[in-house]
Amino acid sequence: MNETTNTASRQTGEREPIVRMDKVNKHFGKLHVMQDIDLEVAPGEVVVIIGASGSGKSTLIRCVNGLEEFQGGRIVVDGNELLPNGKSGKSLQTIRTEVGMVFQQFNLFPHLSVLDNVTLAPMKVRNWPRDKALETARKLLARVGIEDQADKYPGQLSGGQQQRVALARALAMGPRLMLFDEPTSALDPEMIGEVLDAMRELANEGMTMMIVTHEMGFAREVADRVIFVHGGRIVEQGPPEEVFDHPRHERTQSFLSRVLKH
Amino acid sequence: MDVTFQFDWQAAIDSIPYLLEGIPWTLLISFGGLAIGFVIGIVFGLLRISPITFLRWPAIAYIEVFRGTPVLVQVLFIFYGLPQILGGPINALTAGIAAIALNSGAYISEIVRGGVQSIEKGQREAGLSLGLSRTQAFRYIIWPQAFRRMIPALGNQGIVSIKDTSLFSVIGVGELVRQGQIYIATTFTALEVYFMVAMMYLVITLSLSFALRQIERRGLAGQ
Ligand SMILES: Nc1ncnc2c1ncn2[C@@H]1O[C@H](COP(=O)(O)OP(=O)(O)OP(=O)(O)O)[C@@H](O)[C@H]1O
Ligand SMILES: [Mg+2]
Repeated sequence: MNETTNTASRQTGEREPIVRMDKVNKHFGKLHVMQDIDLEVAPGEVVVIIGASGSGKSTLIRCVNGLEEFQGGRIVVDGNELLPNGKSGKSLQTIRTEVGMVFQQFNLFPHLSVLDNVTLAPMKVRNWPRDKALETARKLLARVGIEDQADKYPGQLSGGQQQRVALARALAMGPRLMLFDEPTSALDPEMIGEVLDAMRELANEGMTMMIVTHEMGFAREVADRVIFVHGGRIVEQGPPEEVFDHPRHERTQSFLSRVLKH
Repeated sequence: MDVTFQFDWQAAIDSIPYLLEGIPWTLLISFGGLAIGFVIGIVFGLLRISPITFLRWPAIAYIEVFRGTPVLVQVLFIFYGLPQILGGPINALTAGIAAIALNSGAYISEIVRGGVQSIEKGQREAGLSLGLSRTQAFRYIIWPQAFRRMIPALGNQGIVSIKDTSLFSVIGVGELVRQGQIYIATTFTALEVYFMVAMMYLVITLSLSFALRQIERRGLAGQ
C-alpha cells in the first residue's frame, strides 16, 4: 500500500489537515467497501477521486460528513472527530455545518423557491436573520450565474442551473470543505461545462475540495492530487500528471485506458 | 301486474328541514373524529417507521386492529362495551367521534407512513449535509413534501369516514340517517327520504373533494 506518497503534506508543510482518515473500514454486510483507508486532505487542496463503478468512491466521501457510518478507524474533520458505528455525538452536527456537499442528483428541495433553498440552512442552523440570509443567497446565486432565477422553483430550471443552485446552497453555510459526488453525471453534455466552470472558480479561490468525478480532463486541470480507488482501497495517488500519464499500478493503467478511450 | 313508482317530490322537499337537523351531528362526528384521527395518524404513522423497534410494534398493533375490524363493531364496542369497563355510560356523540377518530387514525397512519417514505432519501441527506438536525430536516424538508403527496389519500379517507358515520344511527346519535329513519317511521316515504339523505351526503362529500382540490392546486403553485 505504501508505494503511494502523500503529496499533500509535501505541498503544505506543517499545516493541520482538514480531513484525516485513519485506517477507516466499512462493511455493507459481507462487502468490505472501505479497507484501511488512510487519507489526509490539506487546507486548500483539491483532491479528485477516481475509480470504477462500485469501487467505493461515494462511500468514501460520504463518510467524511457522516452520511455513511463506518465500523473501524476514525475520521477527523477540522478538529472534530467521527467515531465508528455512528457514535460521534455532537461533532457530527458540527462537521455537517462546516462541510458542504453537492450530489449527483442535485437534491434541491422542490417545494421551496431557489432563494429559499439557499437561505434555509443559514436561517435554521446558523440562526441568521432573513435579510442577511437573503443578501448572502443573492450574492452566491450571482456568483454561480443564476441570480435571475432566484424566485423560480427547482422544477423550472435546467439540470445545469439546478446543480449551480445546489452549489450556492452548500456555499451559503460558508463551508471549510466541499464534497462533490459526481456533480455532472446526471447532466446533459451541454450543461456539464457550466457546472465545472463554477467548480473551477471555487477551486481557484482556494476552497478545499474532495471531488468524485469521471471528467478526467477537469480532474487533470484542477486537481492537486488524484486518488485512484479500487475494491475499497486507495491503490494509487499522486499529482494528476503522474497518475494520468505514468500510472504505476496495473489497475490504474487498465482503468485509465478504459475511460480515456472515449 | 301494474307497478308504478311515484316519486313524491313534495314528500322529499318536506323532509328537508327535518333531515337538516341531522347534518350538524354528521359533520361534528365526521370532522371531529377526522381531526383527532389526523393527529393520531401523524403520531402513529411516524412511530410506525421509527428505527426503534419497541416504538414500532405498538403502532403496528394499533393500525392492524383498527383497520382489520369494522367501524360498526368498533362503535358498538365503545358505546355498549366500554361502559362495562368504565362503570359509567358513554354518550353517543362521544362514542361516534371516538370510533371515527380511532378508525380513520389507523388508515391515516398508513397514509402518513406512505407519504413520508415516498420522499427520496436524497432530500433528507441534502438537509443533513447542510447541518440541519434530523428534526429540522423532517419539519422543513420531508413533511411539507410528504403532506402534499398525502392530500388525495387524506381526502379519500375523509369521504370514507363521513359515510361511515351513517352507521352510527345504531347507537342513536341524531345524524342524517337516524333523522331519516325517524321521519320515515311517521310518513312512510322511504324512497323520497332516503333519496334526500343520499343527496345530502353527496353534497358534503363533493364539497370536501372540491375544497381539497383547491388546497392541492394552491400547494402546487409555481412547481
Ligand atoms: N446501502 C448499501 N447497501 C449495500 N451495499 C452498498 C450500499 N451502498 C453501496 N453499496 C455497495 O458498496 C460498493 C461501493 O459503492 P459506492 O457507491 O461507494 O461506489 P462508487 O465507487 O461510488 O460507484 P459509482 O461510480 O457507481 O457511483 C458497491 O459495491 C455498492 O454496491
Ligand atoms: Mg458513486
